[in-house]
Amino acid sequence: MISHPIASIIGILIVALSLSAFLIWVERRLLALWQDRYGPNRVGPFGLLQVLADMIKIFTKEDWIPPFADKPVFVIAPAIIMVTVLMSFAVLPVAPGIIVSDLNIGLLFFLGMSSLGVYSIVLAGWASGNKYSLLGGLRAAAQMISYEVFMGLSLMGVVLLAGTFNLTRIVEAQRGLWYVVPQFLGFVLFLIAGVAEARRLPFDLPEAEAELVAGFHSEYSGMKFGMFFVGEYLGITLISSMIAVLFLGGWNGPWLPPLAWFLIKVFAFLCFFILLRASLPRLRFDQLMSLGWKVMFPLALANLLVTGAIVLAKK
Amino acid sequence: MMLSVARQPETQASAAASIGDELRSLVGEDTVTPQATADAIPTLWVAPENIHKVLTRLKTGVDQPYRMLYDLTAIDERMKTYPQDDPASDFTIVYHLLSFDRNEYIRIKTPLKEERATINTVSDLWPAANWYEREVWDMFGIRFDGHPHLERILMPRTWSGHPLRKDHPARATEMGPFQLSDAKQDAEQEALRFRPEEWGMKRGRDGEDFLFLNVGPQHPGTHGVLRVILQLDGEEIVDAVPDIGYHHRGAEKMGERQSWHTYIPYTDRVDYLGGVMNNMAYLMALEKLAGIQVPPRAQVIRVMLAELFRIISHLVWYGTFAQDLGQLSPVFYTFNDRERAFGIIEAICGARMHPNWFRIGGVAQDLPKGWDGLIRDFLKYLPPRLAEYDKEVMQNRIFKRRTQGVGAFTKDEAIEWGVTGPGLRACGFAWDFRKTQPYSGYEHFEFDIPTGTHGDCYDRGLVRVEEMRQSLRIVEQCVDNMPEGPYKSLDARACPPLKERTMHDIETLITHFLGVSWGPVIPPGEALGAVEATKGNNGYYLVSDGGTTSYRTRIRTPSFAHMQMLPQLARGRMIPDLLAILGAMDFVLADVDR
Repeated sequence: MISHPIASIIGILIVALSLSAFLIWVERRLLALWQDRYGPNRVGPFGLLQVLADMIKIFTKEDWIPPFADKPVFVIAPAIIMVTVLMSFAVLPVAPGIIVSDLNIGLLFFLGMSSLGVYSIVLAGWASGNKYSLLGGLRAAAQMISYEVFMGLSLMGVVLLAGTFNLTRIVEAQRGLWYVVPQFLGFVLFLIAGVAEARRLPFDLPEAEAELVAGFHSEYSGMKFGMFFVGEYLGITLISSMIAVLFLGGWNGPWLPPLAWFLIKVFAFLCFFILLRASLPRLRFDQLMSLGWKVMFPLALANLLVTGAIVLAKK
Repeated sequence: MMLSVARQPETQASAAASIGDELRSLVGEDTVTPQATADAIPTLWVAPENIHKVLTRLKTGVDQPYRMLYDLTAIDERMKTYPQDDPASDFTIVYHLLSFDRNEYIRIKTPLKEERATINTVSDLWPAANWYEREVWDMFGIRFDGHPHLERILMPRTWSGHPLRKDHPARATEMGPFQLSDAKQDAEQEALRFRPEEWGMKRGRDGEDFLFLNVGPQHPGTHGVLRVILQLDGEEIVDAVPDIGYHHRGAEKMGERQSWHTYIPYTDRVDYLGGVMNNMAYLMALEKLAGIQVPPRAQVIRVMLAELFRIISHLVWYGTFAQDLGQLSPVFYTFNDRERAFGIIEAICGARMHPNWFRIGGVAQDLPKGWDGLIRDFLKYLPPRLAEYDKEVMQNRIFKRRTQGVGAFTKDEAIEWGVTGPGLRACGFAWDFRKTQPYSGYEHFEFDIPTGTHGDCYDRGLVRVEEMRQSLRIVEQCVDNMPEGPYKSLDARACPPLKERTMHDIETLITHFLGVSWGPVIPPGEALGAVEATKGNNGYYLVSDGGTTSYRTRIRTPSFAHMQMLPQLARGRMIPDLLAILGAMDFVLADVDR
């Protein structure tokens, strides 16, 4: 089943990066549609080449580092988010045979990488030498700690049902019934944690433009900002893909080829993420924390407990 | 030319007399002198040494006390040309108090001599007096003994001179060319350096340092050039100090050099979201001074446009408030709606944000053909949109959690701080100047005064949302009952005068000629014109010495008073709450700074 790994790496890299770039255009057009505007519609057909124009702009901008910043950390921070998110794509089973590394601890690898990703935000906030950035970084750290916990827990139900951490086998285990049905609570919890993980409204506190200017990336410009930007969209793509893989049967589906099914499911969640951004206000920091620890965490534990009991009973 | 004499209705004259008697028994027979004014507000002169005693009595000692310090300002009297019987004064401090029980203002004036331009502070009596006294210090150089923080408020700290003194130049050409040398730039920047002690803040507590966060003057959440300095313990606000004045354009000083007529466009730009609402307050004061009667059609046109502008202003507030809380979409919807309303304003007035369309004695032109169709379309269009926003914003659970219980104040606190408008009504106090002191024919309209119960950010929002519906009702009544008749007074001082009688008698011709060349001559006197503007009570206090320009133009704006309350509301809350509080306050920086 395993094809040439180099081909997969390059294939997934190109697809993931261009998909997230394309996603910028999708988000701007969809937001515009929902907000009675046009959005970018001038560059190329339907404004599709807007992303290209933006890329050219962002690559040719002055690469400015503020004199008060901690230079090495300031430079490394945006790279971290790109690297960690792209690494996670390595364990993502897109379709039978299309996977870079079919790790048998794939799920843990994904959780580990997403935890590492927060360093990018925290370090960027710290290294910028700007109070707004610092507050953004602080918020990111607190938010990630609270949301990582139940993110992991919410997935354990799936692991119990499938009996494996291997993502390909989790997909295969969903041939008959997608896990969204037996693990509906886990699905909802993971969806919420995923939004927080991707720092999207209503959980975009580290950025919170009305309060913190641009939060952790206030001081970033040029391609370094571009990396955060693409990193965010890669993150959304990753979370949507994980939801598809873990709860919606991955590539499973009738009539259409597996790759098409996978892409349809991912795209549906991408649109859902954008719709969230178009409709919801932002939570306050303390409300976010109390929601995480007082509501989500106990629910995730209960879900794990009940699922475990049922699995045991069935044996 | 016969000038109209000050009119004083019976009841108010007797109220003034009884208050005058009471104060005379307090401070001595010959130290309280009444003055007749064109606006029938009881006006009493009090000696400066008695001012604190008198104001204390008025605030707490009389029945139906004057609980709100509505305005506090000064007049440089040294250039006044007409003879007057009032006590000799170089600088007069003017206190406007408002009694809700009496539904009446009182004006207390006190004369100061230049050599000792010092007076006791009343900031211990009203917290709201703090900024007003700083403004008087800044603008007139009058010291207030016992003031906790007598610093410049609107002008930069490096400014020399006090701009509203008559000897301070008003034009750039009187001041010599402006040059910004490197040394000067450095000095100016150094003057902006933040030192917590100068703002009455501590650097730390229990061995821990506070974080000082400079929000603004350029910040996406401050809706303009407002600077708020936050003293933070983590994300918790220990103290907040608003630093205003970045939007100060000397609107009051300009009033002293523009003719009465040519000052109207400047008023548009004070509360720049309120458009003609500003014209209304200014012209009401002016028409009281001149004794000009506005014909019914002009009154109804004024009301209609003012209410459209209330809707326009509230729509901007609605969208930006939601945006402050992180909701991205409503601002686009409400700006679309505002655009439609601007279409109507443009069709009627020819301009959009700053129509400059009211005139002394009426409005600039009659309504254009088809105006009623435009408005009726809008009346049908807006209500379903508002219902949609209710679902999207006001009923949103996250929105409620972000605003309910945040930034709450009580009715008593609101009165202490000089809060008017939706903020006051959100405390459950149904006080709307359109109902309580109807002007421009508001008494003929049917509308309700929406009120809240908790006085928090959410209730302030609810009140504004409901106000838009009530404004639609008023606009509808205007369309249904628009009277026929002239759109401007036939009075020769209406500006520009109607031409009908110009060619028939020499008096009208001369007045017309003067009115168009110099501008209208307004008889000496003083008057306050106050309206329920979009953000609260906006008042123009005009003093004329019988010339073609104002002797003193005082603009009392709601946003100034509201902004002063910010620290009180923000203390102990978190940064996101500050944005909710600012959003719910609905201020305009030009309205704060003038």
